[in-house]
Amino acid sequence: MNLLEVNNGNWVRVLGVAGGIEMERRLAQLGFLPGNKVRIIRSAPFHGPLLLDVEGREIVLGRGVAIKVIVEYLS
Amino acid sequence: MRFALIGQPNCGKSTLFNQVAGYRAETGNFAGTTVTFTETKVRVLGDVVELVDLPGTYTLLATNPAERVVLDYLIEKPVDAIINVVDATHLVQGLTLTLELMELGRPIVLVINMMDEAKRQGLKLDGEALSQLLGIPVMPMIATRGQGIREAFAQTWHMARKSTIPTPPAYRDEIEQAILALKSEIDKTEFPVSRRAIGIKLLEGDPTLTDQVGRKVPAIKNLVQTQWDSLCHQSSVQAVWLIASERQKLARELTEKVTTQEKMRLTLRDRLDDYLLHPFWGYVFLLAILALFFYGVYGFGSWLEAPLLNFFNNLDATVLNALHSNGLLAQVISGAIQGISGGLAIVLPYLLPFLIGLGFLEDIGYLTRIAFLMDSLMHRIGLHGKAIVPFILGYGCNVPAIMSTRIMEDKRDRFLSAALSTMIPCAARLAVIFGLVAFYVGPWAALGIYLYNIFVIALTGKIITHFLPEDSPGLILEMPVYRLPTLKTVTAKAWFRIREFIFEAWPVLIIGSIVLAVMNFYSVTDYINTALQPFNWLLGLPKQVGTPLVFGIFRKELSMIMLAQAFGTTNYAAVMTTQQMIVFTVFVVFYIPCFATMISIRNELGSKAMWAITGLTVLVATLAALLVRVVFLIV
Repeated sequence: MNLLEVNNGNWVRVLGVAGGIEMERRLAQLGFLPGNKVRIIRSAPFHGPLLLDVEGREIVLGRGVAIKVIVEYLS
Repeated sequence: MRFALIGQPNCGKSTLFNQVAGYRAETGNFAGTTVTFTETKVRVLGDVVELVDLPGTYTLLATNPAERVVLDYLIEKPVDAIINVVDATHLVQGLTLTLELMELGRPIVLVINMMDEAKRQGLKLDGEALSQLLGIPVMPMIATRGQGIREAFAQTWHMARKSTIPTPPAYRDEIEQAILALKSEIDKTEFPVSRRAIGIKLLEGDPTLTDQVGRKVPAIKNLVQTQWDSLCHQSSVQAVWLIASERQKLARELTEKVTTQEKMRLTLRDRLDDYLLHPFWGYVFLLAILALFFYGVYGFGSWLEAPLLNFFNNLDATVLNALHSNGLLAQVISGAIQGISGGLAIVLPYLLPFLIGLGFLEDIGYLTRIAFLMDSLMHRIGLHGKAIVPFILGYGCNVPAIMSTRIMEDKRDRFLSAALSTMIPCAARLAVIFGLVAFYVGPWAALGIYLYNIFVIALTGKIITHFLPEDSPGLILEMPVYRLPTLKTVTAKAWFRIREFIFEAWPVLIIGSIVLAVMNFYSVTDYINTALQPFNWLLGLPKQVGTPLVFGIFRKELSMIMLAQAFGTTNYAAVMTTQQMIVFTVFVVFYIPCFATMISIRNELGSKAMWAITGLTVLVATLAALLVRVVFLIV
């Protein structure tokens, strides 16, 4: 499952990032590391980006990036 | 002695820098690269210390050109101490960078900034405990109010004097083994940072450093690859992630030990985004805020422009009368008066409210909200929300706009956003739009030019995207918390930018005006005007605008202010029709980025990009102005 498939308000756990080492490096520095918890706070209209809570910080990801973040629901 | 200020974006590092540098910072180019950092000299305990403000960076992974400069600086220039600024409210993320910096083997002082914000959020922080756990000094600070700055610098001075090297964090065994395996090869190289740090950066796959080490030790690439394979085999994730996870784990443990979170009350500030980022009301607020901004600038500017213009026109007439001549001297004096009046009556009245307003929007944290709201729209023109930053800065001046494209990771995105942001009417062109069109035709016409400008930029973006398809994945951005800007920072920033106009641009305006007066006197302008005649014929402009347009390449304000000299009056309504004023302004808005912007494009993106963008803007300007003329002919 990727971040785009998650509904607003839900908590998920990061499993990994698809899309090559450069993407991994960029996302790693904003807190997208395996095991970290992420919540979707809101999304912008007209297929706009997602606003996420990543370990207490608010991060904006465009849809093209969000689709590359592989996550699972917290059980 | 040299201290380096390092911290994550938006941790208040630049606020700290400006508190000590007083906006007297000089920028310097970095060897080979074009990314600038800011240096200043400060007095600490009687010593003169060189202080370097490096771009904000989350980690030393250097994923874009602005971040690259931080790592390059550290591995090329010896620093005597690092002042690491951390945002108290984002301690876990901040400490990951601290741990990384501690690996470098340089004296380091940790500054915990925004203690007031942490208090507001009910966050309690035990600095003493953190200092003991890390083994480095930890200093609290509220940079916006100047609290704790003196103490932090004094502490850093002591650390640099004693050259106290911190103990780097220890990682899990397999990482330590990998670092150890590289050690003997790295020992053959010379860097002003620790060997351990170099080893870790190689394991993280830093391309520049791999090349640098590889030149001395060709075997290093294979050796690193072997270590990657074995790390990947043992823990099934990439080495970068493994190390980043380790740092984060340590940072989290540290944070848990030294902070206590009290229950916080939600204030209006925490709920502001519910309104400002609302799918419907967010856009209503965006339009309202921009409209308010526009009318604020117009209202303030036109209130001052009319009486000031009157005064200077009278002065001009009085002087010419008193001299009883049309000789060279009278022309030169008249030219000088028109240059002075252009700066004081037409440019400054609009520049002042504009820069204060822009500084306020920048400091409060609204720019990122605009990026969030506009991302999907930006995709339509082949860019993503991050490009909104150069666009909005472009309304102030195109030069910082071009420089700010550094925050974009992708080269194609940088080129496109640079090309499009040069067409954003900067403050100089604002003076033309407001001073000419809003003043003589009306504010609605000026607003129309701004909207038409956005339309043309969008269309150009769309067409370029057709040839340069979008391939970047999109927006990656941190949303800052709202902060109430202090009067001091906003006015200091506005003054910093206005000073640039007063001391650099205004003299050029006055000299340009005088030069044109002399050229007029000897009829040199006739040759230039005749050469540009076909062009003016195409756009239906008076013959005299030719020379001002040429001068406008140096400073965009010149194109309008020299009109006064070219026509011999500042009452433009008497010499130009409404249509001519609008066509002229549209052309000025788009054509050739000014000289400073061209240089800046060359520095950032190379000569080829500079000429391509310059050619593009002339084409776009001609077509856009022609379209306006055609519309006027039809209506």
